[in-house]
Amino acid sequence: MSDVSMVVNGRKVTGNVEDRTLLVQYLRENLGLTGTHVGCDTSQCGACVVHLDGKAIKSCSILAVQASGSEVTTIEGLAPDADLHPMQAAFKEHHGLQCGFCTPGMIMTAVDMVRRHPGGLDEKTVRNDLEGNICRCTGYHNIVKSVLAGAEAMSGKTETKAA
Amino acid sequence: MGIEGIGARVARKEDKRFITGAGRYVDDMVVPGMKHAAFVRSPHAHAQIKGIDVEAARAMPGVIDVLVGKQIKADGIGNLICGWMVHSKDGSPMKMGAWSPLAVDRVRYVGDAVAIVVAETKGQARDAAEAVEVDYAELDAVTEAPAALEGGAPQLHPEAEGNLIFDWGLGDEAATDTALASAAHTVELEIVNNRLVPNAMEPRAALGHYNKAEDHYTCWTTSQNPHVARLVMSAFYNVAPENKLRVIAPDVGGGFGSKIYIYPEEIVCLWASKKTGVPVKWVADRTESFLTDAHGRDHHTKVKMGFDADHRIVGLKVDTIANLGAYMSLFSSATPTYLYATLLSGQYDIPAIYGNVRAVYTNTAPVDAYRGAGRPEATYVLERTMETAARQLGVSPAELRRKNFVKSFPHQTPVIMNYDTGDFAASLDAALKEADYAGFEKRREEAKGRGKLRGIGMSCYIEACGIAPSAAVGSLGAGVGLWESAEVRVNAVGTIEVLTGSHSHGQGHETTFAQLVSQRLGVGIDTINIVHGDTDKVQMGMGTYGSRSGAVGMSAIVKALDKVEAKAKKIAAHLMEADEGDIVIENGELKVAGTDKTVPWFQLALAAYTAHNLPQGMEPGLKETAFYDPTNFTFPAGCYICEVEIDPDTGRTEIVQFVAADDFGNIINPMIVEGQVHGGVAQGIGQALLEGTRYDETTGQLITASFMDYTMPRADDLPSFRISTQTTPCPGNPLGIKGCGEAGAIGSPPAVINAITDAIGTNELTMPATPQKVWAALRSATRH
Repeated sequence: MSDVSMVVNGRKVTGNVEDRTLLVQYLRENLGLTGTHVGCDTSQCGACVVHLDGKAIKSCSILAVQASGSEVTTIEGLAPDADLHPMQAAFKEHHGLQCGFCTPGMIMTAVDMVRRHPGGLDEKTVRNDLEGNICRCTGYHNIVKSVLAGAEAMSGKTETKAA
Repeated sequence: MGIEGIGARVARKEDKRFITGAGRYVDDMVVPGMKHAAFVRSPHAHAQIKGIDVEAARAMPGVIDVLVGKQIKADGIGNLICGWMVHSKDGSPMKMGAWSPLAVDRVRYVGDAVAIVVAETKGQARDAAEAVEVDYAELDAVTEAPAALEGGAPQLHPEAEGNLIFDWGLGDEAATDTALASAAHTVELEIVNNRLVPNAMEPRAALGHYNKAEDHYTCWTTSQNPHVARLVMSAFYNVAPENKLRVIAPDVGGGFGSKIYIYPEEIVCLWASKKTGVPVKWVADRTESFLTDAHGRDHHTKVKMGFDADHRIVGLKVDTIANLGAYMSLFSSATPTYLYATLLSGQYDIPAIYGNVRAVYTNTAPVDAYRGAGRPEATYVLERTMETAARQLGVSPAELRRKNFVKSFPHQTPVIMNYDTGDFAASLDAALKEADYAGFEKRREEAKGRGKLRGIGMSCYIEACGIAPSAAVGSLGAGVGLWESAEVRVNAVGTIEVLTGSHSHGQGHETTFAQLVSQRLGVGIDTINIVHGDTDKVQMGMGTYGSRSGAVGMSAIVKALDKVEAKAKKIAAHLMEADEGDIVIENGELKVAGTDKTVPWFQLALAAYTAHNLPQGMEPGLKETAFYDPTNFTFPAGCYICEVEIDPDTGRTEIVQFVAADDFGNIINPMIVEGQVHGGVAQGIGQALLEGTRYDETTGQLITASFMDYTMPRADDLPSFRISTQTTPCPGNPLGIKGCGEAGAIGSPPAVINAITDAIGTNELTMPATPQKVWAALRSATRH
């Protein structure tokens, strides 16, 4: 067992976990943050993407103890001061989700994608950079639209309708 | 249409919880005292169980109990069953082998459940599962259906001699043989429809909770049809009587058919909860999902089609071997028969059709309905054959199809179905135009200049949806009726709850069903709640599959709304001293037509519940229930055109354009319908290009048991799609809806393969058309 201490969605949390506890398990089972999902066991699907110190990571591929001392943002903490983050609003407006299971990971990946491409995004880049996130419902068509629209809204170029 | 009524692109009400991480899936559920389960599964495809030693596992840290098949049998829990009786040509019933929820003396596929471990944590349960010692005596295995039919093949079930479950036929064989013998041209193909793993992103899960104080069970499960789960677990598996069993399917992360069935795990978790006295949760990991979710497709087919000298189809004969895996899943017998051969007429006027289907046991995961269920297999057979025929006859694929289209309705096919309406030429023309079919050769030449092989292919599909008229399916062997129920509850302040037996696992019912109510009553969708997925809330329902929620589920809501409106009008007429026939409902008010007298909706609702001033003898309240049983299937149809470019050096296929033109009848929310087409087409392209399920033919090990080995379509494998709809309203239901959930997966695989074979000039290509296969086909091809 090991002690862990981190800041999750702006709140300091501490705990004592089995050494093998993955970050995603710690978030879901110890902190009750069930918006982060587990869709595979080979770090392929991206349903568990969160931000660790500002960068998107797959929370199934890191131990909770490795994240100790870091700042973690999950889908629940993406819009601390607003109803919705512009990327969340874009997914709703453009029907970028159906069953919703991959959606938190998609949105967390998309927000990071915008950060990594300060010059802006195009369809090819979005499709390429979604390589680590699998969706079985949407055929990605509306996810791509959502990410592009969310990126525009984050840059302040267009207003995305809040829900 | 109002801004929130029928036909409006309303953003989804349910999205808020999903985009903020507040969705509630089974794995998110926590019950006080809950413990965790892991299943011990067979590592062998076929073996005798000589003994099971659980003592070491039982002594592991945190372990509460380890339970095995002999115990579940001793407690009287029943075997899993297939709920649709199919008879062979000789009149004998299908040969169903026993499927125990936990194997007792024999395992028949890799992943077959042998024991359950219940422990304090998931990790402890898994550790202990590895310590359960099962003494197996391995047997030879067979994974391919044609091989399983050969003499000397390993035998799976004593009930099914030669592994043959049934040998079934549909149509007039003699008339078809005569027609084919007299045909001016015949086309013959051998076709494999590749086995697929549905892979909903949420893995299956179950949480069983036995409440001793109330002698009552609750099961949270990843189900598309919780009421069917309760019915089957009660009536056939002897878990608990229906009044002692509540099944809840909360937010469910995709299904595509794979979550229709009742699997061993939910039965075992409920039983184990009573045995151990604690709530028991099991969540599949992805490899467990690959191993044990019902797979789809897996047909081997020989097809022969005949044409007269004028290129009209005179006959079609199809011989299919369907792999049903190691056990018969809940609807596995219907998928390759009544959902397959009944669609072999496609969009065409074919005077004689005969389909023969042999269903076979193999040492693989059970196979059942996956998005489209039988209809993609029928469409693939027909549309590969039509494209091949056009090439052999030297005529335009589009015009050969057009010549043979059914043009007048209703149309009785030789294989049961009676098409009620359609306009196949309208979708064909729309697709040809959108794809610039006429300009293709120029694009082919241009691509050639860049060293690329460009091809174009089409597919004209029809499907039978709105499943299904109860009496009709009953006469064909179904164990259940396929109606739907609805209850409309108007609260005292006028807000509304609609309880439906349909189940949403991505389809957006909370929005579209509310749009229907908004259209009828003129109230905002924010005042309407759609309640589903809980057998304690909704009395009965048949769930969501077969593109039935709009055509059947919403029709039930229409019927209940009719009753609510009738009563509301009576009350309004009484309150306003007007004639009932003069009352109209508009914009959230009940009005006396031609006057300025109105009663707001909320006031009417309050009047119904205060009951201070109701018509003489009227019961208080405003709540109505309805059951709707369809009179026919519905027949969505359309035309898909795919254009590809192939790199001859690598064999890699790029889809450069994909056009879909669909007739879904009337549409409630175009945005949601488009989303359904996008997703269906992506799954169809996945089947055509990427997804192949591979078992090792000797050992029966599933080689493609993770996302590292099984190629799921990713964003950069797909283009953006160009889609449109054409509309002939369905005459068979009150809203004119045909359904849209499966079309994309049905229509797209043949369009993709027709395009690739056009590009490379050979028909010798099986799905998935991986770069390696395309490259090899190209090397051995001579252009036609």
